[in-house]
Amino acid sequence: MEAQQESIAALEAEIRELQASLQRKKDELHSLKQSTVTAGKLTNNDIARYSRQIILPQVTVAGQLKLKASSVLIVGAGGLGCPAGLYLASAGIGELGIVDYDTVEVNNLHRQVLHSELTLNLPKAQSARAALQQINSQLKVRTYEVQLKSENALEILQPYDIVLDCTDNVATRYLLNDACVLLKKPLVSGSALQFEGQLTIYNYNGGPCYRCIFPTPPPPETVTNCGDGGVLGAVTGVIGSLQALEAVKVLLKLDGTLAGRLLIFDGTASSFRNVKLRPRREDCAVCSAKATITKLIDYEQFCGMRASDKDMALKVLQSDERISVEDLKSIRDSRKPHLVIDVRNPLEFEICHIEGSVNIPLKQIIEDKGLDDLKQRTSGGIPVFVFCRRGNDSQLAVKHLRKKLEGVAEAKDVVGGLHAWHYRIDNNFPIY
Amino acid sequence: MGGTDLPLVLEFGGGAELLFDNVKKRQVTLDGSKTWKIKELLGWIRDNLLRERPELFLQNDSVRPGILVLVNDADWELLGELEYELQPNDNVLFISTLHGG
Repeated sequence: MEAQQESIAALEAEIRELQASLQRKKDELHSLKQSTVTAGKLTNNDIARYSRQIILPQVTVAGQLKLKASSVLIVGAGGLGCPAGLYLASAGIGELGIVDYDTVEVNNLHRQVLHSELTLNLPKAQSARAALQQINSQLKVRTYEVQLKSENALEILQPYDIVLDCTDNVATRYLLNDACVLLKKPLVSGSALQFEGQLTIYNYNGGPCYRCIFPTPPPPETVTNCGDGGVLGAVTGVIGSLQALEAVKVLLKLDGTLAGRLLIFDGTASSFRNVKLRPRREDCAVCSAKATITKLIDYEQFCGMRASDKDMALKVLQSDERISVEDLKSIRDSRKPHLVIDVRNPLEFEICHIEGSVNIPLKQIIEDKGLDDLKQRTSGGIPVFVFCRRGNDSQLAVKHLRKKLEGVAEAKDVVGGLHAWHYRIDNNFPIY
Repeated sequence: MGGTDLPLVLEFGGGAELLFDNVKKRQVTLDGSKTWKIKELLGWIRDNLLRERPELFLQNDSVRPGILVLVNDADWELLGELEYELQPNDNVLFISTLHGG
């Protein structure tokens, strides 16, 4: 078994090296081919390649030339950006920009279809570029391996005809909106979570901007990310593909775009709903004549949330109300009586849990459900150690339990949760 | 069913349904002997349907930021927002905006 694991690792390393060397050759070939790309007319190759869309009366030779001369910026090479990029590259868009500061993780692969096992840990922008140019060697791709911020957004967006919002957080969505309004660029905005998706075009054809619809950001506690809420790959695929469709329609100046409308997709019912949005707000803070925002602001501060879907490490407890995974391990090894509570929801508990742990979801703890039972189990001062995935919810649970179990037993939070257990105690414990 | 009923279809989506027993669509019948504006419907929803912390749905007598209200598939802002007077068989959709990708 171990020898096999080693051979697998060695082969994977060799393949990665070959891939990198192959990529260098491809880049060389690509830059040579780029010098043969003819602007202003379609080559025989173009005609053959794009014939099935050129013969559409909405496209025609003139439309294909427009696409060839067009540039689109994709912000976020994730669940939405990947399928959007796929269809834009395939459609013969001249140039794509890809903004993503993140690297490919294994939990991305079920939905981020440009990345693969071979590009794990590589920057997503690079991984996406390689995949797209493999499909279309004529495509020019510029990558931006940075986090989009107020300081760099205008410069990055400036050269592009259209911007696709394929991001995963509220702060970046406001940033992109304001930057697009200031630069007068259409913003094709997609979002997805669980089985649902939403799509519209902001700041186009007299339609509203994001702030016209949502002048105030949502309270942070109401925002769920894909890491916590989950998302189905085919759902981001539907919305990302539709973002590519809307972008092509905008570039070809076709009627019937989603400007002024919101498309709501519910994958559980396979239903699409198309609703009419309000017009531009006369007092919109950024797109109206009465605008108060005339340059980009601090969006993390404005939203009270970080511009990332990564979870922040919460700290609501004192250090003596917490325990490290190492200390918990030695208590477990010494077989002293103790109780481990896992406060994740039952579906997550089913994925993996610490042996012998008891599942009491955070919500039940806060509602004092099963408190009497818990008091009985811990009577005589049996210590309680509380886990969750990363050690945030467990702190909220401990804060509550310490009050409710006062005089019975002491509850402590396991710092870093199951993630810390995986990284520092047991590599064989699954991580998600 | 008399002439004094006000039947409505209420829908919740984008995660807003989690505050309402995870039910996405429901038919309700209000007392039609008086008029109902959306602001009164919000109070009725709070008292009769809301299962979770009300501040995740309502703030300052309106829906919280990030929830869009659509009456018969049109943004409620086009109809007068809180002041819109509900009509029989209106469909009112409360959709929470998504931010993931």
